[in-house]
Amino acid sequence: MRYLVPLLLILSLSSPAHAVSDPSELLQNRAQELRAEEIGDQLRCLVCQNESVEQSDADLARDLRRIIRQRVVAGDSDQQVIDWMVARYGNFVRLRPPFNATTLLLWLAPAIALLSGVTAVVMARRRRPAMPAPLTDTEQQRLADLLNS
Amino acid sequence: MTLLQRRALLLAPLTAAVVGGTGFWILLDRMSEGSYDPHSVPSMLIGKPLPKFSLPGQPPSAGFSSADVAASKRPTLINFFASWCIPCVQEAPTLMQLKRRGIPIWGIAYKDKVNDTSDFLKQNGDPYTQIACDEPGTVAINFGLYGVPETYLVDAAGIVRWRWAGGLSEDVVSQYLDPLMQRLA
Repeated sequence: MRYLVPLLLILSLSSPAHAVSDPSELLQNRAQELRAEEIGDQLRCLVCQNESVEQSDADLARDLRRIIRQRVVAGDSDQQVIDWMVARYGNFVRLRPPFNATTLLLWLAPAIALLSGVTAVVMARRRRPAMPAPLTDTEQQRLADLLNS
Repeated sequence: MTLLQRRALLLAPLTAAVVGGTGFWILLDRMSEGSYDPHSVPSMLIGKPLPKFSLPGQPPSAGFSSADVAASKRPTLINFFASWCIPCVQEAPTLMQLKRRGIPIWGIAYKDKVNDTSDFLKQNGDPYTQIACDEPGTVAINFGLYGVPETYLVDAAGIVRWRWAGGLSEDVVSQYLDPLMQRLA
């Protein structure tokens, strides 16, 4: 039991699982392999759509992983690889959609929610009646009398 | 706070709920009747020329290239299929019907073996004018393909006009393909 918390902490440090079905898929160059994984983590597998290209075990995801690695080795920048995918599969392939007219509401939703919350709080506070004036001397006297009687 | 303000405050969340609810209702309705599929990936090829490719043939077909499709100078369907794909079996009768109507269909066998493809054609009929093999599946990725079958309509000028992901059926043909073919003819 006393190992549970440290174990969970270690678990929380682990990176998402990568669906490498064949070790020969991996690039020999460690830095390039890490870059390829980072790119693949940002791309949606078109078959199992809630998984990234790196996580998915689908055939198409394996092909896309291979293409990412070929392009990384060929010297493409991360953006160039992502653009290559977007040219074929559209923005749908990006797990983090770009900010544009279609995604305006999506990206601004947190700000809109926060703003309307703040507005509601401000309005509620303003509506609250002002604090009553402090008791006058006569009223104080009367209160004391009442409490003592 | 005036009465008007009070009413506005009450109506605002109600309006939001009604608008949101109607939106969801339309979404679910379209999903159930099949005109909206949240999993469908829109094609990037519409309005663009075919991606350049040149593929070997499925014997006896000699294979073809993107230039060959454009050179045919008539509206053509390009159909990606595979012997291991069940919707491909289901759409086979529809493709045969399109063939009988004289519409040229150029097939691309996706990630398939030559022998498996020829067995598939023997069993389900061969609707194709030409058949090429994309065994590694790289040409398919340049098309933006994400499953088989997928069908592309290319006009006489070699521009992609329409893409259908999934099996073709009589309904799909009459609802989407026929009106487009009429406009292109």
